[in-house]
Amino acid sequence: MKVVNHKTPSIDGLGIIKGRKAYTDDYAEKDSLIVKVLRSPHAFAKIISIDDSKAKKLDGIEMVLTHKDFKRIPFTRAGQGYPEPSPHDKFVLDEFVRYIGDEVLAVVGVSNEVCEKALNLIDVKYEVFEPILDYEKAKNHHTIIHPEEEIHQMFDIGFNPKANIAASYHMEIGDVEKSLSECTYTIHETFYTQAQAHVMLEPHTVNARMDYQNRLVIYSSTQTPFHVRRIIGHALEIPMSKIRVIKPRVGGGFGGKQAIHGEMLVAYVTFKTGKACKMTYTRKEVFESSYTRHPMRLEMRLGADKNKKLKVIDCHVLSDTGAYGEHALTVYMVAGSKVLPLYNKVDSVRFYGDVVYTNHTPAGAYRGYGAIQGNFALESAIDILCKKMEIDPIEFRQKNMMKENETSPIFAIMGEGTEGTAMMMDTCKLEECVIKGKELIGWDNIYPYHDNGEYIESVGMAIAMQGSGIPLIDMGSASIKLNDDGFYNLMVGATEIGQGSDTVLSQIAAEVLMTDVEKVIIYSSDTDLTPFDVGAYASSTTFVSGNAVYKAAKELKNEMLKEAARIFNTDISNIDFDGQIFTYNEKEMSLKDFSNQITYSHEQKQLQVTSSYVGPKSPPPFMAGFVKIAVDKDTFEIRVLDYVSVVDCGTTINPMLAKRQVDGAIVQGLGMAMFEEVKYSKNGRLISNDLLNYKIPTRLDIENLNTVFVDSYEESGPFGAKSVGEIGIDTPPAALANAVENALGVRVKSLPITPEKIMKLMKEKSNEKK
Amino acid sequence: MKIKVKVNQVDKVFDVQAHEYLLDVLRKNDYVSVRRACDNTSCGVCTILLDDKPVPSCSLLAIKADGHHVTTVEGIQAEAEKIGHYFGQEGADQCGYCNPSMALTVYALKLENPKATDQEIKEYLVGNLCRCTGYVAQHEAIRKYLGDQS
Repeated sequence: MKVVNHKTPSIDGLGIIKGRKAYTDDYAEKDSLIVKVLRSPHAFAKIISIDDSKAKKLDGIEMVLTHKDFKRIPFTRAGQGYPEPSPHDKFVLDEFVRYIGDEVLAVVGVSNEVCEKALNLIDVKYEVFEPILDYEKAKNHHTIIHPEEEIHQMFDIGFNPKANIAASYHMEIGDVEKSLSECTYTIHETFYTQAQAHVMLEPHTVNARMDYQNRLVIYSSTQTPFHVRRIIGHALEIPMSKIRVIKPRVGGGFGGKQAIHGEMLVAYVTFKTGKACKMTYTRKEVFESSYTRHPMRLEMRLGADKNKKLKVIDCHVLSDTGAYGEHALTVYMVAGSKVLPLYNKVDSVRFYGDVVYTNHTPAGAYRGYGAIQGNFALESAIDILCKKMEIDPIEFRQKNMMKENETSPIFAIMGEGTEGTAMMMDTCKLEECVIKGKELIGWDNIYPYHDNGEYIESVGMAIAMQGSGIPLIDMGSASIKLNDDGFYNLMVGATEIGQGSDTVLSQIAAEVLMTDVEKVIIYSSDTDLTPFDVGAYASSTTFVSGNAVYKAAKELKNEMLKEAARIFNTDISNIDFDGQIFTYNEKEMSLKDFSNQITYSHEQKQLQVTSSYVGPKSPPPFMAGFVKIAVDKDTFEIRVLDYVSVVDCGTTINPMLAKRQVDGAIVQGLGMAMFEEVKYSKNGRLISNDLLNYKIPTRLDIENLNTVFVDSYEESGPFGAKSVGEIGIDTPPAALANAVENALGVRVKSLPITPEKIMKLMKEKSNEKK
Repeated sequence: MKIKVKVNQVDKVFDVQAHEYLLDVLRKNDYVSVRRACDNTSCGVCTILLDDKPVPSCSLLAIKADGHHVTTVEGIQAEAEKIGHYFGQEGADQCGYCNPSMALTVYALKLENPKATDQEIKEYLVGNLCRCTGYVAQHEAIRKYLGDQS
């Protein structure tokens, strides 16, 4: 391979670092109207009255929008396939507000300043209700967060709003209770994972204008432009043929932009007034009023027989979706479906529980998407079980984990919101990942710990799997066009959000067409111009959209050979093509001559093809993560000395970009493992609402990352590739918890793993000894 | 009120309000490489050079720039290209939202301390947050740029 599996620099990095216009707000019209939202000061209340008379009189205020301006059409802001597996429980503006930061009304004016002034002049009276701020008390609480009648589910997701349940699910294979009763060793532990904020550096941003064809053109920083178009069309009753969504460069998404944010209000104002309009979230709004990761309580029971074989996994999960049910069911199911098959030799597995509403900032999609929560619980529980059985946790994993050419019945039962798809692990190099990682971290020299005087060094590890798109649901497509002079345009609906997909997809096309990346000019995500794609989520782009590009490039090459055969007046099988020259017997024709001829000379035509791909399976990438830490013996502060990631993501299309994507995911996972936490006050106000109060890792927190790939080739992927976008984030929480236990003999079961929690456990431990 | 600022070596006069921050004034005047991210000097994305020193423009009142030199990445295109080349070689480009400000800060580091050690590089850039790369790729690229004598 000449292009694929090579370390090509990203195709767009230079233009971006040089400061060229690239991101959504860079394209806003200069005289755009500004939309500002008045946000709820109450965790749960009904709006009784709104006096906006003074605000409306202000010079420069165009309009004030309240719930009375919108028809009551329930929808979900979650950017998912259709019908959505999220409840339709949101209105553009509603008479209820369900968390501090929820939308009360919007003002539209000529400047930020006049909008701010207007917001201060509006008097809203509320009837305040008792909120639910503890998700463990939400189910069947006397407060009902969604009492409205219009809301509904699109198909059965266990939606029961009268009990504050956004979704629920139950599955069991075998007989869990019976299996547990037969086990020699059992454990029963409860784990908690916290809300995490995405902190993509570009805030949520959208702007719109009417074009000269009187169509609504929206620029949005989104991961899912086609879903945005559909959801806006539905909720605002604007014909979809009147809407064009363009996704410029996105300044980070991580799942946070897999949903509607300001789009609805901006679209409404522009469509209604004909004037350009924009909205940019402040950082405070990004924290308080976009999304977080779903916090979860995961109760795990594991059992093993006398030979230390894992026999049963029982998993009861409660998830907090906050005020609205975006991705409620699907994130929840991934906590099981992309975690439990790791140990596929068990007799019985159960996964069940509820996703409940609370009066907190809504939870939504976030890299790892449930898998990171499930992984923390399962991979912590496995180490606890190993301690009890006095077996090396690596040896135990090697004995019990998923291997190549094996499967798990869970794949067929659990999908993302619907039934799953049975599949074999045609590629699974987890064994190699574990062996290699163990060696690279120097496990045998340290395990379980090494006392360095002031510090204790220790190691911990965890294994993980993810998916590559959602089988039989996620669809990507690509169009490729041959231009005169012999270069190509690649049009994809796939959404570059910084993960490097424009580069990787160009590499795939270039490889098939035997040309250079520079000859493939890519455009991504303009709903008018590029073919459909579900968008950047579920680790799908390289696998799903990549397969579409691969197919399209193959078809175009075939079309080109057909035309060359016509020109040479022979059969297609007699033509050779090396990417530059067509050869027939002794005759040669350059690609340049060929494309100029079919563009300008005889029997001219445009060669262009479109192909789509929807996967019958979702081959999981696998990974083993190993952490080496130093714990201060007095303060219990943790330094991460090294993180070794050994990844099987099939053949990497761009080994360098893949490596750096894993690096970034590890650091985001370490943030969640060590200190990131969305915190609320007693009355439900989000306290960690800026970057002074919500700490993400800085470059001083990171000492060494060692990310490597094992040799792997996934037959169903483009050039052997599986996905790599999310897998990296999954292992840090459990690996760190396991390393802390190896160092100190205490087990932190709730994230983040802070010195305070360790200190408390150490005190309890020393009291027990006394 | 009117302020006189030399932006990227060009004399400019901006009509600004007393409460306006330099970030907003620059964006309004089409210096779009300067971008908003955190609103309170925590992340470094809005960094500009004020008389060659990196400063977050989101919290610098525009009137304070009166009479000073402001540099945005548009003013150091050749250096940005060089830095961008090393970023590309290390795979340090992801979403890129922080990259123009990163280039400015790295350039300022080279002016101030061209022989910076690893720890000095990290400390100088600690206020330039990145959520994508995990920092290691950037660090390798920055080290190579500082070593580039061309």
